[in-house]
Amino acid sequence: MAEDEAEFARLALPHLDAAYNLARWLLRDPVAAEDAVQDALLRALTYFASFRGGNPRAWLLQIVRNAAHDRLAAAARAREAPLVTFDDADESTMAEPADPADDPETALSRAQDRAALATALAALPAELRECLVLRELEEMSYRDIAQVTGVPVGTVMSRLWRARRALLRHAEASA
Amino acid sequence: MNPLACPDKVLLIQADLDGELGMAETAALQAHLQVCAGCQALQDDLRALSAGLRRDAERHPVPDRLRAGLMARAAPNVRPIRRLARHPALAFGLGAALAAGVALVVLPGQRTASLEDEAVASHIRALQPGHLTDVPSSDRHTVRPWFDGRIDYAPPVRDFATAGFPLLGGRLDYLGGRPVAALVYRHDRHLIDLYVWPATGEAAPSERARSGYAVVTWRAGGTAFLAVSDVEAPELLAFAKLWNDGS
Repeated sequence: MAEDEAEFARLALPHLDAAYNLARWLLRDPVAAEDAVQDALLRALTYFASFRGGNPRAWLLQIVRNAAHDRLAAAARAREAPLVTFDDADESTMAEPADPADDPETALSRAQDRAALATALAALPAELRECLVLRELEEMSYRDIAQVTGVPVGTVMSRLWRARRALLRHAEASA
Repeated sequence: MNPLACPDKVLLIQADLDGELGMAETAALQAHLQVCAGCQALQDDLRALSAGLRRDAERHPVPDRLRAGLMARAAPNVRPIRRLARHPALAFGLGAALAAGVALVVLPGQRTASLEDEAVASHIRALQPGHLTDVPSSDRHTVRPWFDGRIDYAPPVRDFATAGFPLLGGRLDYLGGRPVAALVYRHDRHLIDLYVWPATGEAAPSERARSGYAVVTWRAGGTAFLAVSDVEAPELLAFAKLWNDGS
């Protein structure tokens, strides 16, 4: 077990920043993120015997993601508010007419303001936010994001699109 | 987002930028982009958004203490629970204990666990980096006053360094929904957590195993004691006897 533990630690160490970054973006709180990663490391060590190769980063981030979502769910229950849900099949809004006076370059230059873009990302629903963080900040493949978030690749694509569309629209609206 | 992109192309445009398209699909998409201003505009928007996120969204580095804790585990011979390696039969016990620990930490509202289970979970949590002692000191005259004002009783604090159980310090912990004093001792490479709180009655030390950890409880001199460790049960009983004989 000590050998396992040391091996686990060596395997997990390179992905610790990614683990914390994901927890931080999901929970939006440094203390909660640290606790979630701590919990996840304990869980990961417990399950380590059942880890059989594969991508260690996706494996570890999957456990971190679940630990973070447990906390989000607990927080939601504590507020007695329903979890945010959204329609996975909604592409129809693409047909909305865009404002022809809106120049995308101008809109994006405003959105690219560090605070504005980070705030908009942080305001996305957790299921969309995590996909975008894993894709843009951790540069993970669709397949790995699917493993981490526990949904099919098609859903990852749909969520990424809805996350990006929301950010583009946000930029447009604040332009 | 103007002019409009083709609804059936948006996921392809996105996948292309994400490096997820095959060569044939990429070629077909490129041909379409040549003739579709709406899709071209969307590609530009998405590319700029991606660059903006990568440039502006903060990557939060892990706090040093989390990294340090894991690095300590990566190096052999330093972590207190490594002794279990010599007892393969207990390996599963450790897993179960960790799982129990996690459950208790994550669900503090659950009140079904026994005091012993709670103490084991607390002990496991304390083994995590930075959690072991609030007042690291081998001097009982430092440790005991530290609890003044933090809990509503003065815990007995003793050092058994000469008997092989040196005091490492103390911390404030929670058992049974109340703050209690936890004293931390070392024995060889193992750590012992001793929880003490006021209680009536006398009881000789009795031992029971919990998920690969030994738990010994006893009562003496108006105080309840609960010791948790991964040392062998006889050693933990010997530790309890030291306390009992002296008090």
